Amino acid sequence: MLGFFQTGFSELTWGSGVMLVIGLVLLYLGIAKKMEPLLLVPIGFGVILANLPLAGLMETMVEGKVVESYVLEGEPIGLVARIFRYGIATEIIPCFIFLGLGAMTDFGPLIANPKTLILGAGAQFGVYFAFFIALLIGSAFPDVVKIGIEEAASIGIIGGADGPTTIYLTNRLAPHFIGATAVAAYTYMALVPIIQPPVIKLLTTKKERAIYMKPQLRPVSKTEKILFPLIGAFVIILLVPKSAPLIGMFMLGNLLKESRVTERLADTAANAFMNILTILLGLSVGSFMSAGTFLKVESLLVFALGCAAFAASTGFGVVLAKLMNLFSKEKINPMIGAAGVSAVPMSARVVQKMGQEANPRNFLLMHAMGPNIAGVIGTATAAGIFLGMVG
Amino acid sequence: MAQERVEFPITGKITSVNVSQGSVVQEGDVICLLESMKMENPILAPVGGTIAEINLSQGQVVEAGGLVAIIEY
Repeated sequence: MLGFFQTGFSELTWGSGVMLVIGLVLLYLGIAKKMEPLLLVPIGFGVILANLPLAGLMETMVEGKVVESYVLEGEPIGLVARIFRYGIATEIIPCFIFLGLGAMTDFGPLIANPKTLILGAGAQFGVYFAFFIALLIGSAFPDVVKIGIEEAASIGIIGGADGPTTIYLTNRLAPHFIGATAVAAYTYMALVPIIQPPVIKLLTTKKERAIYMKPQLRPVSKTEKILFPLIGAFVIILLVPKSAPLIGMFMLGNLLKESRVTERLADTAANAFMNILTILLGLSVGSFMSAGTFLKVESLLVFALGCAAFAASTGFGVVLAKLMNLFSKEKINPMIGAAGVSAVPMSARVVQKMGQEANPRNFLLMHAMGPNIAGVIGTATAAGIFLGMVG
Repeated sequence: MAQERVEFPITGKITSVNVSQGSVVQEGDVICLLESMKMENPILAPVGGTIAEINLSQGQVVEAGGLVAIIEY
């Protein structure tokens, strides 16, 4: 009997060693650098758990045999394998996270200045830009990387900098990529203050960054706030039906908050429920990053193109804002276009800071929140368009 | 002497006040920190000058459009 007892030491490979280091780096970034700690801590720990040999958290049963790694077609046995299968692969967790996000979102700035909806849509160009680049690379080097339309779409969506949407789309189209795309999306969300400013500076002059916008937006009535999620759900789901799971949950969460009669539900959706989902999501995404599935050329490409997608989204947003200025009398500060990515509120915060640097009178936070919130809707809609195209 | 009235751009809670009456400020100096939307936002001096009036305390909840300070320059 004793012969069956085996420690994990002898099974450590260089691959799992590399992944353990990656796990520790993610934990370091989360704990010491406070980068998206709510996500990077469970993800980082998940990476470590998944790569300690023989622990079996991702075990699946394939044709009667137990396999140590997660196999998409297999029957999950390990703890995290089950969370992943029943939570993420079924799409329940990413969609319900949108319910919580909706309950935390204030559409006020967007309703007060609907023009910013265009900016939120404009920033999604970066998603399609990276999609085409990924597709080109995939067809140019078919022997090195396996990237088809599905994989390219999953890489492109990283440009929206929206974790749950990225996970949702990748799970549908290219589930073997989910560890890489999810971590890329969450990493770039955390890196917003580092990636966005140089792109914004490159595309704007100091004078443009200093453009003053009146701080106060018009007050938004309670009725408008109740009608917005309703009308929003109607219009977007009719236009892009495949966006319904994400947009539907997002708008329902928002209605729970804005109707003011379901405060208990809104409170749970935005806090307790959201926290539970975040733990499950972080742990299972992290555990998906085992050496076998993660240490591949494709993962590097996911990170490189994901970064390009995100930078391009930022750039397109700024250029579109400048374009809008050509046609309107009241000039907007073109930087608010950069907030069209869906990293709420990090992106709006970057714009606010840069706006103040260029002109201490400026307070662009609320102006940037409009495109920022529109960006969430935009990225979820872009995912729906991809699903309609290839799903 | 010209005066400039600095107003709060958004509603929030004061987390710290960095100047007092009579302080000399440069353009871009932080007057106070305002916590709003779960973020700490610095309120900056739009012009260099002397603080002629400021009446804020830590923890105070302020409305958009309320007075931050009056700067004389």
